[in-house]
Amino acid sequence: MQPFEYLAPTTLAEARELLKTPASGETRILAGGTDLIVQMRGGARQPARVLDIKWLPESQRLQLDTDAIYIGAGVPAAVLCEHPELRTEYPGVVEAIELIGSMQVQGRATAVGNLCNASPAADSVPALFAAGAAARVVGAAGERWVPVEDIPTGPGKTSLAADEFVIELKLPRMPARAADAYQRFTPRAEMDIAVVGVGICLSLDNAGLVTAARAAICAVAPTVLLAPEVAEVLVGTRCDAAVLEEAGARASAMGNPLTDKRGTSTFRRHIAGVLTQRVAGVAYQRASQPGVAA
Amino acid sequence: MVTGADFPQLASAVEEAGESQIDVWDLARNVIARDKVYYHGHPVAAVAAVSNEVAQAALGKIRVDYEPLPPVMSLDAAIKDGAPVLHDDQFTQGLEETPKQPSNVATVIRLGQGDLQSGFADAAVVVEREFTTPTVHQGYIEPHAVVADCRENDRATLWCCTQGPFVVRTLTTKVLGWDVSRLKVVPSEIGGGFGGKTTVYLEPLAVMLSRKADRPVKMVMSRDEVFRASGPTSASRIRIKMGADADGRLIAAEADLKYEAGAFKGSPIMPGCMCVFVSYQIPNIGITGYDIVVNKPKVAAYRAPGAPMAAFATESVIDEIARRLEMDPIELRLKNAVHEGVRAIYGPKFPAIGFVQTLEAARAHPHYSAPLGPNQGRGVAAGFWFNVGMSSTATINVQEDGTATVITASPDIGGSRASMALIAAEELGIDYERVNALVGDTESAGYCDVTGGSRTTFATGMAVIQAARGLVDQLKARAAKKWGVDLELVEWRDGAAVPLDGGTQGELAPLSFTELARSAAHTGGPLSSSASLTAQGAGAGFGVHLCDVEIDPETGKVDVVRYTAIQDAGKAVHRSYVEGQLQGGAVQGIGWALNEEYVYDDAGVMQNAGFLDYRMPVALDLPMIDTAIVEVPNPSHPYGVRGVGETPIVPPLAAVGNAVFDATQVRFCDLPLSPSRVFEGLSG
Ligand SMILES: Cc1cc2nc3c(=O)[nH]c(=O)nc-3n(C[C@H](O)[C@H](O)[C@H](O)COP(=O)(O)OP(=O)(O)OC[C@H]3O[C@@H](n4cnc5c(N)ncnc54)[C@H](O)[C@@H]3O)c2cc1C
Repeated sequence: MQPFEYLAPTTLAEARELLKTPASGETRILAGGTDLIVQMRGGARQPARVLDIKWLPESQRLQLDTDAIYIGAGVPAAVLCEHPELRTEYPGVVEAIELIGSMQVQGRATAVGNLCNASPAADSVPALFAAGAAARVVGAAGERWVPVEDIPTGPGKTSLAADEFVIELKLPRMPARAADAYQRFTPRAEMDIAVVGVGICLSLDNAGLVTAARAAICAVAPTVLLAPEVAEVLVGTRCDAAVLEEAGARASAMGNPLTDKRGTSTFRRHIAGVLTQRVAGVAYQRASQPGVAA
Repeated sequence: MVTGADFPQLASAVEEAGESQIDVWDLARNVIARDKVYYHGHPVAAVAAVSNEVAQAALGKIRVDYEPLPPVMSLDAAIKDGAPVLHDDQFTQGLEETPKQPSNVATVIRLGQGDLQSGFADAAVVVEREFTTPTVHQGYIEPHAVVADCRENDRATLWCCTQGPFVVRTLTTKVLGWDVSRLKVVPSEIGGGFGGKTTVYLEPLAVMLSRKADRPVKMVMSRDEVFRASGPTSASRIRIKMGADADGRLIAAEADLKYEAGAFKGSPIMPGCMCVFVSYQIPNIGITGYDIVVNKPKVAAYRAPGAPMAAFATESVIDEIARRLEMDPIELRLKNAVHEGVRAIYGPKFPAIGFVQTLEAARAHPHYSAPLGPNQGRGVAAGFWFNVGMSSTATINVQEDGTATVITASPDIGGSRASMALIAAEELGIDYERVNALVGDTESAGYCDVTGGSRTTFATGMAVIQAARGLVDQLKARAAKKWGVDLELVEWRDGAAVPLDGGTQGELAPLSFTELARSAAHTGGPLSSSASLTAQGAGAGFGVHLCDVEIDPETGKVDVVRYTAIQDAGKAVHRSYVEGQLQGGAVQGIGWALNEEYVYDDAGVMQNAGFLDYRMPVALDLPMIDTAIVEVPNPSHPYGVRGVGETPIVPPLAAVGNAVFDATQVRFCDLPLSPSRVFEGLSG
C-alpha cells in the first residue's frame, strides 16, 4: 500500500473545510473500508488522502422518524441487521445488507459504502433503489438530497463531485400493506458476488392489488438498474403466475450482461428472470401479511 | 535484486522429491525464468528492500523486454498440429522410437493386460465416455512464506512452511549449486499443504537475496501469487471405455488419459494410469497416458496426485454400467472388487486390503437406504490410493521428571504430533500427557521424507514404535542392573519394569518409568533412543463415498445435502484426526466437482486468482460430512496402520457427478458442475 494522509474530522464543517484544501492526488472517503482498503492494498486505488467519515456524529445516526428512516453513512451492516424495527419495516433492505460478505465483514461494511463503491453487483443497492431511498450529499459548497439511483454512474464511478460525500440515507416509512424483498444468485452460500440480484418493493390495496411497485436489478449492466418495465407489469395485479412470468421475461431482457468468470450472458439473463419471479412472489406475500418480520 | 543470471546453469537430472520426481533444471527455471518465461506468474526478478513499499516501488522500475509468444493453454491446443512448442529440446519419451521433432507431449505411458478386442466382443454392455477436469489448486490457507538468513558466509538458515524440511534442503541447494550441509532448514508451523508444499518456489530466491543484501530476507506470497505461481494440479481429458457381461462382471476396460503438466514435464500421469482401473479385477485392460506441457504453472502434488480425475472417469462409467444392467452400484462394485491375492495392474499382489469391507460398510450405512426428497439424487463412488513408506527417523529423549520427548522431522499437518505421542505413550505404557512430540529441523533431527503420501502415521509412526521399543529395552536393562538380576527376568508392563516371578524377585517392587527416568544418571546415563527406517509395505487405502445432492432445476445450482465418507484406515491411531482427513478430502473433492477451476483469458492470464472467484466451498455450502472408519489391518505395520490422508479426495468427483445424474438423468462429463453448466445441461 502506498503512503497516504489520513483525515478524521469530527464535524461536518471541518470535513467540508478539509475537502476544500487541495491534495496532491485523489481523496477517498473511508467508511467501513471493506472495499477501499482491499482496493488500496491491491493497488487498484492509490489515494493521496483518506477521509474517514465515521467520526462525524451524523454518520452514526440510525433513526426511525415519523417522516422517514435515517441511516448514517458510518452505521455498520451488523447494526442495521440487528435493528428489529428496521427488519420488520424493510425486510428486503435488511436481507440484502445481510448478504454482504460475512459476519466479520458486516462488523465494518456500510450500506452507503456499498452504494458509493458503485459495483454493478452490489447487494444492498437494488434493495435501496427499490425502496426509493435518497442520499444526503454534503459538499464543500453545501448539501442536497439525491435519489440513490442517481449516485452510481459506472463500475467504481459515482456522480459525486471530488469534494462531496454522502452523510446519510433516507428511506420513506413503509405504508401499511407494503413490503420489499431481495435475493441474489451466487454459486456459493456466502463470500461470493452476485451473478444477478433483484430487489422489489410493493404496496397493496385492501383488495390485495398492487398499487405501487419498484424493482431494481444488479449485475446485468455497468450499474445497478432501476427496472420500471418490470415494476409496471406488477401494478394492478395480485402477482399471479402469469404476471410473474411476464415480469421475469422483462427482467431477462434488461441490461447487457457480461460473459465472464461469474457466468455467461445467457445464464445471467435467465437467472434475472427466475429471481424476479421469486422476489416479486416473496414481496407480495410479505405485503399481504403486514408486520411479520423477515 | 536477483534474476536468473544469479543462479547456476544446471544439467537436467531427476531427483526424488517427496511423492513426485523433479528435474532440477526444470525446477531451477521454474523458480526463476532464464531466457524464456513460460506462464503468467513465472518469476523474472526478485527484489529485497527495507520495506514492502520500497520493494514494490523498485519492482515497478524494472523493465523487461518481452517477445510475446502465443500461449498454449489447453491439452487440445498443445497437441494439435502446428502447436507452438514450449521446449525445443523436449522429444516425446516412451514411444518405440524417440521422434526427431520436439513436442509438447513429454511422455507416453502404456499399461495393459489381456486382449481388449475379444474382451469388448464378449461384453453385454459397453459404455464409452470422455471426461474433462479443470486446473485446480490445493487452496491451503497459508501462502508460501520464508525467511532466509545468509549472513554467515556461505551458510544459510531457512525458516519456511513446508511439508518436508529435508526436501527443501535438497531442492534449494540443488538450485543454488550448493552442498546440502551448507543449508539448515527449520520448518515452521504449517497452514496446510496437501502436496503443494513438497517443492520450492521462494526459498532459493530468499537465500540468494539474503546473501547479496547481507541481511535476513522475508518473502511471503500473496494469494494471487499462490494461484498464479505455485503448482496446482493437472487439468485432464480422459476417454474411457468399459465393458461388462450380463452378470455385471467387468471384462474389458480401455483408457486414454491426458494430463497437463504445466510449463515443465511431470504431471501425475503415471499414478493416474496406475489408478484408473486399479480397484477392479478386469482381465483385459489397455491404458495410455500422456504427459503434456502447457503455458500454466508447473503442477505440484495435490492429495492422491492424478487419482481423482481418473476415478471421476472410471466411477462415472461404472455407475452408468450399473444403471444399464439395473444393478445396485455397490453390488456391481462388490462383484468386481480387488481383494487379497489379486494382482494389481501395476505389478504386485495385494496383501490384506479393505475394499470389499468398505463397500459392505457403505451398503449397510443408514445413509444408503435413506429416502430422498424432490429434486434430490444419490451417488456412490469409490477411490484408491497406494500410500507410501519412504524414510523416517524418530528420537525419544527421556526427561528426569518422567516425561518423554519425541522428535521427528515430519511437519505436523494433520495432527501427526498427537499420533506420534499416542504411539510412544502406548509403547512406553505411560500417559499421553507425559509425551511431548516435536518437529525438528534438518540439523537437530534425523532424516525424514516429506509429510505426504499419507506416510507419516504409518512410516514415521513405525520409527517411533521402533525407537520406543529400543527405549523399553534400555529401561529393562536399567532395572535389571538396579536389581542385579538377569535381563530375561525383567518385563515391561503398564509403564514399569516388573521382575518376573521366581527366586528373590518376588520381593522386588516394580520400577516405574518415572523412577527409572529420575535415576538414569546413576544407572548408565541419560535415556535416549532413536530409530531410522525406510518403511516397507504401505497398505493401500480404499474409500467409498455416498453423496446426496439437491438440484435447483431453475438455476442449475447443486447443493450437497448429505455426505458420508467410508474408508479403511487399517488402524485409526487418533480417530478424530482420521475423521478430519476423511472430511477434508471429501470437501476438497466436492469443491473440485462443483465450482473450482482456473479461468484464463486468451492471453493466458488467470482471471480468478483469489478466493472470491476461485470458488472453494465455504462452511455454509456443506452439510456435516459423516464418516465411518473400517479397520482391516495392514499386515506390514505393527498396529495395522494404513495411510488415510489422500484416498478421501479420490471418490467425491464421481460421487457428486453420479448423484447429479440420479437427480437429473443427465450425465455431466465436464467439471466443474457449476450452476451455469448444469443449467445448460438441463436445458438440453
Ligand atoms: C470478504 C468480502 C466479502 C464481500 N462480500 C460482499 C457481498 O457479498 N456483497 C456486496 O455487495 N459487497 C461485498 N463486499 C464489498 C463490501 O463489503 C461492500 O461493498 C460494503 O458495503 C462496502 O462498505 P464499506 O463501508 O466498507 O465501504 P468502504 O470500503 O469504506 O468504501 C467503499 C467505496 O465507497 C466510497 N465511500 C464510502 N463511504 C462513502 C461516503 N459516505 N460518501 C462517498 N463515498 C463513500 C469509498 O471512497 C470507496 O470508494 C465484500 C467485501 C469483502 C472484503
